[in-house]
Amino acid sequence: MTELIERQTAGGDGAIVVEVHEAPHDAHEHHEPTGILKWLTSTDHKVIGLSYTVTSLVMFLIAGALAELIRIQLATPNSSFVSLGEFNQLFTMHGSLMIYLFIGPFAFGGLANIIVPLQVGAPDMAFPRLNALSYWLYLSGSITMLLGFFVAGGPADFGWVGYAPLSTSIYSPGAGPDLWIAALLLSGFSAIFTGVNLCATIFYLRAPGMTMFRMPIFTWNMLVVGILILLAFPVLTAGLIMLYCDRHFGTHIYSLKGGGVPVLWQHIFWFWGHPEVYILALPFFGVVTDVIATFSHKPVFGYKGMVFATITIAALSMGVWAHHMFTTGVVLLPFFSIMSLLIAVPTGIKFFNWIGTMWGGRVRWSTAMLFAVGFLITFLFGGLTGIYLASPPLDFFTHDTYFVVAHFHSVVLALGMGAMAGLYYWGPKITGYMLDERIGKLHFWLFFIGANVMVLPQYWLGLLGMPRRVGVYPHNPEWTDLNQWATVGSVMMGVATLLFLVNIVYSWFKRVPAGDNPWDAQTLEWFTTSPPPHHNYYALPPIRSERPTWDYNHPGAPALVHGHREEPEASELARV
Amino acid sequence: MRAEAKLLIGLGLFFALCGVVYWIWSGENAGSVMLVASGLLGFLPGSYYLWWSNRMRVRASDRDDASIPDGAGVVETFPGSSIWPFTLGMGAFCAGLALVFGTWFALPAIGLVIWALLGAVVESRRGDPGSAH
Amino acid sequence: MSRRPADAGRARTWRRLGSLAVVVVAAGALSGCTVPSFGAHSSATTGGRQTYHLWQGFTIGAIVVGGLTLALILWAAVRYRSRSSDVHMPRQTQYHLPLEIVYTVIPILIVLVLFAFTVVVENEVTATPSVSRENTIRVQAFQWGWRFFYPGFVITGQTTQKPTLEMPANQDVKIVLQSLDVVHGFYVPVFNFSRYALPGVTNFFVFHPTQTGTFFGQCTQLCGLYHSLMWFQVKVVTPAQYATWLSSQQTAAARLAAAAARQSSLQQGTSGIQVRPDIGGGTN
Repeated sequence: MTELIERQTAGGDGAIVVEVHEAPHDAHEHHEPTGILKWLTSTDHKVIGLSYTVTSLVMFLIAGALAELIRIQLATPNSSFVSLGEFNQLFTMHGSLMIYLFIGPFAFGGLANIIVPLQVGAPDMAFPRLNALSYWLYLSGSITMLLGFFVAGGPADFGWVGYAPLSTSIYSPGAGPDLWIAALLLSGFSAIFTGVNLCATIFYLRAPGMTMFRMPIFTWNMLVVGILILLAFPVLTAGLIMLYCDRHFGTHIYSLKGGGVPVLWQHIFWFWGHPEVYILALPFFGVVTDVIATFSHKPVFGYKGMVFATITIAALSMGVWAHHMFTTGVVLLPFFSIMSLLIAVPTGIKFFNWIGTMWGGRVRWSTAMLFAVGFLITFLFGGLTGIYLASPPLDFFTHDTYFVVAHFHSVVLALGMGAMAGLYYWGPKITGYMLDERIGKLHFWLFFIGANVMVLPQYWLGLLGMPRRVGVYPHNPEWTDLNQWATVGSVMMGVATLLFLVNIVYSWFKRVPAGDNPWDAQTLEWFTTSPPPHHNYYALPPIRSERPTWDYNHPGAPALVHGHREEPEASELARV
Repeated sequence: MRAEAKLLIGLGLFFALCGVVYWIWSGENAGSVMLVASGLLGFLPGSYYLWWSNRMRVRASDRDDASIPDGAGVVETFPGSSIWPFTLGMGAFCAGLALVFGTWFALPAIGLVIWALLGAVVESRRGDPGSAH
Repeated sequence: MSRRPADAGRARTWRRLGSLAVVVVAAGALSGCTVPSFGAHSSATTGGRQTYHLWQGFTIGAIVVGGLTLALILWAAVRYRSRSSDVHMPRQTQYHLPLEIVYTVIPILIVLVLFAFTVVVENEVTATPSVSRENTIRVQAFQWGWRFFYPGFVITGQTTQKPTLEMPANQDVKIVLQSLDVVHGFYVPVFNFSRYALPGVTNFFVFHPTQTGTFFGQCTQLCGLYHSLMWFQVKVVTPAQYATWLSSQQTAAARLAAAAARQSSLQQGTSGIQVRPDIGGGTN
């Protein structure tokens, strides 16, 4: 069944708002499926996005449980809580579930799927059936990855990066690694199709007046993420197919025996792997930008600078992959070093723009804003330690130690806080109900403190020489105390996550209606109802700036184009 | 569509330039190929948009002074609920499992995929069921 | 309308702080004597010592930049928080181009300085000057242990589990690193250095140890089931002790070879000379 979307003006010429509605050919045959059929057949981006969000949060919980097991094992130097083989499987699956199956899909399949069409004023994503397919591929990939726990030999155990030759069939035989490959192929295609949808929707379906430089920063970031997905994911897919061929078809692409080049895996993997971490980070940069602007009652500071910084980050990120390979001895160190150091510049621009957005504002400390600022602080530490890793001599003694583990956990835990900010901020828009703020604040503090309690000792452990991916450390009992602190931090985060689940259940029962715009937010999606109707908008306001809802609600407070202009000119006021 | 064209072509140029510099400086094959290919991925859609942007009217969504009534009329035709994405997804799932567990799963995979593709194409052509198309 | 004094003053403060950061980084990297270690090893090799100073310089820069940014975040969070009596509409400032340019240009300058120092230290650490044969050691990594070969010399009594890599202090020692199977990582924390053993690739690097002692080493690249147990030690001795050790190894090896030759001639018909490693050393 197809639906024809029309916009009609109401009230004749010069009307301020218009009607947007569907025009089915037959008035009677238009009903939406309900119940389980709805979840199986819907092509509505909001339903698909909600499926993605729930599934990815389930993956987060499983991966988080694995993390707690890892931290229990590492709390004593020579623990036999799990065997060495099981430990290898634990961190492999923890990393794989978190990176491939939680944070990426949550960002571009969950949040962006729901919010981007709303933010540009579109009735749906450009290719709704492709969108639905993306979800089913993602779900299939997730189940395939988890099946590894049920096969003889267990799941993959060669780290989430699966370096060859360790991942070839000689050193890692069995179904577990093959399931890992199949899972990544499925979820990889899922991501590619979502990338197509993001780009097409943003290029083609923007509402009248919603020019490229009036889109919210979250949407800009998701456009760049869509492009990065299209650049990077096919490379990973190709690399995985080649690995599969080595494992099963007797090719020797990565194995020395037939003239293969083992380090080729690392080049291909990281050519995807580094843009991937920006695919993970940029959506949450966007979330935090929108959240900070809303709760500071100010426009985004340095909007064009933000856009420029996002594009620069994406461009540079394609050229830095071998900074993960500095210790191989076979890569061009200065090239990757200068490119990696340069990425700090646009990231710094973003930081100062976030601060500038808060500066001089009137900051309301909702849970979403707390998580956004928690993100700022945590990402600051993580980003600074990343600068060390961009310097090869400094990387030589920190690579593959807990210093790196601490660096990327700082960064991804910050992204996790960005995710929480997104859920508390847009949750009311998507579901129509508010999440409880008091439980939310407790959730925030426990998570933020726990994250730092875990990560700060891990930096120190890395400097003391503790390598990553080791399950026992009997020759270094002096590492025990720091490991125990890290375990305490991880338990705090576990409790915080349970609190979040409690909040969801509690808020679901309390049912405090959100209304259209509970936060007095600025961007277009806050103009429609909560939750939005089937094709998103019954009416659209005039779009004259990057804050159409704000301009509609606060016609006397437009953004000042030059930071120091006292009085806005009459021509800048919202116009029909 | 000029902004989109500039964005993509700009990225394409940057990657191609990086690829050339990287190749000259390091001579490493894999990275050079991947960077140049990334450049092509920017040029291909970018030049398409550039070509079109010189030949099309400026769209309402690209005009600063566009008003909502300017976008009146048919926006687009969107597919409604459809079982075919689910079917195709399950076919792909079976194909993935076939990679691991053997040809047992390849048969349902092929069947589901073909069925889903046929179903989706027929659904697109037929449009609204019960209409006179 | 002209720029407000407060804005110009803020830009000036930024510039001052930025140049201060650069100067401090440079001073810290160059001097290093009274600067705290910030957690890194002051190292037992010359390359490691330079890496240590680079670490200190970076950390001072990180503290300045990070501290400033953190202070700004916290200040904005506290100073501009909404109080219940507060209902004013804040100034809707959207751009401030001069300020934005400042905080684009200064980080670029800082990055270029960091890169310059990085290249200097990197060239030192990765240099491979020519080294005498007795100071060239071949390290072989495999699942799941290490073997150390001294080309031109026979070493007896080595285990593969937590073996000892002996080397002389105050001389260039070249390591030739190879892998028999998967990717391994040769990591000596106190040397501030690690390098992958890549199958099919031979990696070379040179240490110049500055102190004697025994230092712990471990595999850092996941290589399978017993990756956690792939330890070794580096024992740095004086050059005289090193020479003595090498020659005593040759004596021991020669004696073993002679004993085996006697053994096989007695047995009459056993072909080949088999040197059985004698763990625990021979007599004399």
